[in-house]
Amino acid sequence: MAFLEVEDLKVHFPVKGGIFGRTVDHIRAVDGVSFSLEKGKTYGLVGESGSGKTTTGRAIIGLNRATAGKITYNGHDITNLKKADLDVRKEIQMIFQDPYSSLNPKKRVLDIIAEPLRNYEKLSKQEEKKRVLELLELVGLSSESITKYPHQFSGGQRQRIGVARAIALKPKLIIADEPVSALDVSVQAQVLNFMEDIQEALGLTYIFIGHDLGVIRHMCDDIGIMYKGRYVEEGTVDDIFDNPQHIYTKRLVAAIPDINPENRREQIYYRQEVQKEYEQSYDDYFGDDGLAYGLKPISETHLVALPEKG
Amino acid sequence: MNEKLLEIKNLKTSFRIEDQYYAAVDDVSLTVNENEVLAIVGESGCGKSALAFSLMRLHNRAKIEGDILFKGDDVTNYSAGQVNKLRGNEMSMIFQDPLTALNPLMKIGDQIGEVLLLHKGKFSNLNRKQKAISLLDKVGIARPEHVYEQFPHELSGGMRQRVVIAIAIANDPEVLIADEPTTALDATIQSQILDLLNELKENMNAGIILITHDLGVVAEMADRVAVMYAGQIVEVADVHALFGMPQHPYTRSLLSSVPNAESVDSKLHVIQGIVPSLKNLTREGCRFRSRIPWIDESVHEKSPELHEISPNHFVRCTCYKNFYFPDEKKEDKRHGIS
Repeated sequence: MAFLEVEDLKVHFPVKGGIFGRTVDHIRAVDGVSFSLEKGKTYGLVGESGSGKTTTGRAIIGLNRATAGKITYNGHDITNLKKADLDVRKEIQMIFQDPYSSLNPKKRVLDIIAEPLRNYEKLSKQEEKKRVLELLELVGLSSESITKYPHQFSGGQRQRIGVARAIALKPKLIIADEPVSALDVSVQAQVLNFMEDIQEALGLTYIFIGHDLGVIRHMCDDIGIMYKGRYVEEGTVDDIFDNPQHIYTKRLVAAIPDINPENRREQIYYRQEVQKEYEQSYDDYFGDDGLAYGLKPISETHLVALPEKG
Repeated sequence: MNEKLLEIKNLKTSFRIEDQYYAAVDDVSLTVNENEVLAIVGESGCGKSALAFSLMRLHNRAKIEGDILFKGDDVTNYSAGQVNKLRGNEMSMIFQDPLTALNPLMKIGDQIGEVLLLHKGKFSNLNRKQKAISLLDKVGIARPEHVYEQFPHELSGGMRQRVVIAIAIANDPEVLIADEPTTALDATIQSQILDLLNELKENMNAGIILITHDLGVVAEMADRVAVMYAGQIVEVADVHALFGMPQHPYTRSLLSSVPNAESVDSKLHVIQGIVPSLKNLTREGCRFRSRIPWIDESVHEKSPELHEISPNHFVRCTCYKNFYFPDEKKEDKRHGIS
């Protein structure tokens, strides 16, 4: 039994139109996504803006309503949970992309981190403060931070406050939505290292949503590549980076700038080859509606969206 | 030898905070040659954008000292009118965010036409339209006649950035300053925009100043690289030397904090401390020393200067000779240089 299982998840947003504001069409943000992940692993959801990766993450945690499909967490069906079932939801938390806008500027760090505790656990003031101090120590912030406000911290420190808030309820699954894309490289390194450390210490499972393939490669065990609300390819890190099969994945991998200037020529050549292949064989990989086909296994871990005829 | 297009000499840009001036760009000297991409790298707050804005004279209240020579002509003494003539004509800039760089109420065609009208008044209306359409075509926009009539909100991010580039190259500039031109874009669009910039460099023989924090982009695009920290240049070198034999502790720290194929099973390097704010910056001695506290204080210079350690490779302060990472053995602390 997988730790988290997503089956044929669909999230459609209605498009209103006409004088009566009736629903005239739907935007299929997530259109039939299935994957499962194991405990203690990091699963990467990759795609460009508008591919539906964030919507998928938000649907799992319940911030977007699933139109269809089923999400099973640890044996419980958690699709579109009602308020009464909040106990399960406690175990799933989210780290947001932008540490500058995801913390309330009018609240002290104490109140920010204690908010989930106040929602779920009845603690006395002293107990609450003790817990917050423990969390701050865990994320490497000093105890004086407790009375400070978000603007008094740097970007990396703010992201740590976001992490402290996310782990306050001792969750088992964390959905990290581009947690480092707003940060400079050195601060990014700090947050990534730290996320790995607490994963080990607390036995966390991550869904890591991102578009920077360098970061994804560093962090993840398995990766799903999304395009226009559907999966085009899924596999282990090695499957995706060393043996990309779908033309869209190839384009993504080819677009990563190489940090070694000596490889510049080959990199440009490779990219041109992929671009040529993309132009020539676009119709082979995408249906008449421009969407990807269903996933077909090509090895035990590696699935690719190839057309029916094979 | 390519001709020197832009020479920056001891440029100092200061901003006033509570009745005192603080230098965000502190004594920067650089040259940009024809058909060359000079990359300026650094983290947020290191002064790289302040430098670009000083070159374009876009700061309103900053105090700018030093010389900026464009083809031997000192432009720092130019009047507002002269600056306007130069800007957008011989020197132009590609801005970071294509969403805010375009006027949302003006058609794409009119925005490109405006630059042509201001600098090359001789065009007739019809010619101007043709020129604008050919520019859209040049930056790789499909159906340029159609896009000419559209508004910015109708275009995708990559298309908008192409329009911003079309505006910047409208008058065949000799110096093009690109301030984080691909930061707001997706990876596949980024590689297309970088290819486009490379093409423009070859075709127009222009000098490009590429400002970025993305070391991958630098490795792919740049001919020469200048690394900035706390308002100063700490290392300048040819791109192969900079990535192959980085010397300054800051350059080496930055490079080892980037995740790559080799880093998968290991921890990334973290630079201790934070980038000091403009006001709290210690200006005496090596500015990077507080970030590498395990290095003995005595190895830093009292007033660090740029030393030419091999032809065209400059490093500030002598501390690079004794630098090692804390998890490294002291013996094999230096790579490359003898």
